Amino acid sequence: MNNFEHREINNGEGKRYTREEEIEEDEEDEDEGNGRGLDAWERAYADERSWESLQEDESGLLRPIDNKTLYHAQYRRRLRSLSSTARAARIQKGLIRYLYVVIDLSRAAGEMDFRPSRMVVVAKQVEAFIREFFDQNPLSQIGLVTIKDGVAQCLTDLGGSPESHIKALMGKLECSGDSSIQNALDLVHDYLNQIPSYGHREVLILYSALSTCDPGDIMETIQKCKRSKVRCSVIGLSAELYICKHLCQETGGSYSVALDEPHLKELVLEHAPPPPAIAEFAIANLIKMGFPQRAAEGVISICSCHKEAKVGGGYTCPRCKARVCELPTECRICGLTLVSSPHLARSYHHLFPITPFDDVSHSRLSNSRQKRPITCFGCQLSLLNQVNMPSPCVVCPKCKQYFCLDCDIYIHESLHNCPGCDSFRQSMSSSRTEE
Amino acid sequence: MTTVPSKLYADDVSLLMVLIDTNPFFWSTVKNTFTFSNFLSHVLPFLNSILLLNQLNQVVVIATGYNSCDYIYDSSLAAPNQRAESLLGKLEEFVTRDEELSQQNSIEGVWSSLLSGSLSMALCYIQKVFRSGPLHPQPRILCLHGSPDGPGQYVAIMNSIFSAQRSTVPIDSCVIGSQHSAFLQQASYITGGVYLKPQQLEGLFQYLSTVFAADLHCRSFLQLPKPVGVDFRASCFCHKNTIDMGYICSVCLSIFCKHHKKCSTCGSVFGQAQTNVASASDRKRKTTET
Repeated sequence: MNNFEHREINNGEGKRYTREEEIEEDEEDEDEGNGRGLDAWERAYADERSWESLQEDESGLLRPIDNKTLYHAQYRRRLRSLSSTARAARIQKGLIRYLYVVIDLSRAAGEMDFRPSRMVVVAKQVEAFIREFFDQNPLSQIGLVTIKDGVAQCLTDLGGSPESHIKALMGKLECSGDSSIQNALDLVHDYLNQIPSYGHREVLILYSALSTCDPGDIMETIQKCKRSKVRCSVIGLSAELYICKHLCQETGGSYSVALDEPHLKELVLEHAPPPPAIAEFAIANLIKMGFPQRAAEGVISICSCHKEAKVGGGYTCPRCKARVCELPTECRICGLTLVSSPHLARSYHHLFPITPFDDVSHSRLSNSRQKRPITCFGCQLSLLNQVNMPSPCVVCPKCKQYFCLDCDIYIHESLHNCPGCDSFRQSMSSSRTEE
Repeated sequence: MTTVPSKLYADDVSLLMVLIDTNPFFWSTVKNTFTFSNFLSHVLPFLNSILLLNQLNQVVVIATGYNSCDYIYDSSLAAPNQRAESLLGKLEEFVTRDEELSQQNSIEGVWSSLLSGSLSMALCYIQKVFRSGPLHPQPRILCLHGSPDGPGQYVAIMNSIFSAQRSTVPIDSCVIGSQHSAFLQQASYITGGVYLKPQQLEGLFQYLSTVFAADLHCRSFLQLPKPVGVDFRASCFCHKNTIDMGYICSVCLSIFCKHHKKCSTCGSVFGQAQTNVASASDRKRKTTET
């Protein structure tokens, strides 16, 4: 996903707009019945804003904007703010999360300020969020709740399979009636009270309505959530509401209102990385777990979960040697929690983040041009541009290797390893022990 | 990169990143029958045959040493009639440089190679190829590895594996050492590559050309070696031992081989001594739900 975004941006504005256009076309099919919106030829000018991707250079010629450096600067700002908050909060993260996503399907969700409608846009973003969430929080679970006609309904129970949630959500996209925050919180609170003490309880509410229609005193419910340490966050789709802000402040969550669809996506995905653990929210504990080995293909054995003979695949519990089909699970025979180590390792980059690289300033470039390498350490791309002048690059503060801007983004967003630090023994041992 | 008419770029054009293990400690332990020069005499014809299979194929070789890693060959830069010379020249330079570095610091513990570094470099290179436009060769990584796994590199190698998985780059592994490599087993399993430990190293070229020469499109039609089981054991953070049962910190998911009072990674203090509390409440939940 990172990779895709990344490439799209490098190919420049032109490509991005063609993609939007495709989406436009899709939408057109859906809202044809409504007879609404601009004509296609008008839309091409209103939405594409093709003039914005050009700028005048010193000789008066039109040139496409070099948005690669712009994008990179933006990305660096984000990285810096992230790493400073991470520093402040240490590396305690709530990695075992139990999250309920509450989706408002009241009348307001049918509004069409987001196209084709708020609920379709929300459903799309929730789908992306669920996938990203399980990628980043391997042992966590999600449940879905909808609010409709003033009543909160549990769509799916807490579970770890993204597909089942997405399927359930896509089948239930209708909106009607009023919305009630209190009913939703009461329902979620009852469910979250039953999870183990080491888990982090969280609620993410995607709220379209501008009011809440509650059967009782919502302030009491908010206090109840606060007492049971449920962290509530709200993303609004219309305007800021006092009650939502109050709820988030009381329970330690975050409140934000989306401006448009890309902003909504950004806000929703902000909730995917684990939040810094707040010490009192969950009791730290050591959990005993086993790491089963995967058996050879073609071996026949009886699995303990379905009690059937199966060929190949399957994992062996290290304590009682029983065979199970899927991970993660709990051994049926001895009760040991079984996980695969790659499952856990997916989240380790949160624990050992790599330091942001430093910009190489232009003055330093001209001073030390003779000893500066001419290729990026990662991808061997030449760090000189067409006229043999040094192009912008970054340097790792630990191993002093130079990287091009694209590698910088890839290393911090997807790889989470510094190739320079990892390929020199001294620097590697020092960098890992520091953390 | 050379400019070629677009229709020539079909799905059978490969970019092969080869990671060669040059760890001197490993090569000094292998039996006399299979030396490093023997190994090279199998690998060089293999690289040549990859380049001959399709004129657009590209081969990049990265040396994985004990103290450092570096690019030693790139077929898009080197002259086509001097392949072996340029590769061997660069390799020799690299080995001497690597040796100089090891004289500076003493050797302790296991003598593993820096696989995580060379994997990261290969992935950066592949990203550059992806960025080059919609028409690019299909990349894959082949690790020719012999040294034992370095448990200290566990996190870094796993990060590389997941990044490769996200960009759908298969990692093939050919283990030339005497031991299976748990890291490479997981790498190939997770990324959908082939893991092979040849029985007879004298026939290495045959193994390479029959298993690893086919491009990704052809692979779906071939009966490639099936994995003989994958070692999913983890290494603990406290002693870097490989364990099959251990304790997980509920806050940061760090792995420990025995019970601690405090997590060394995130600093949280653990409450109860055992997990019985947690699993008991777990069970309670199940009964109330049903």
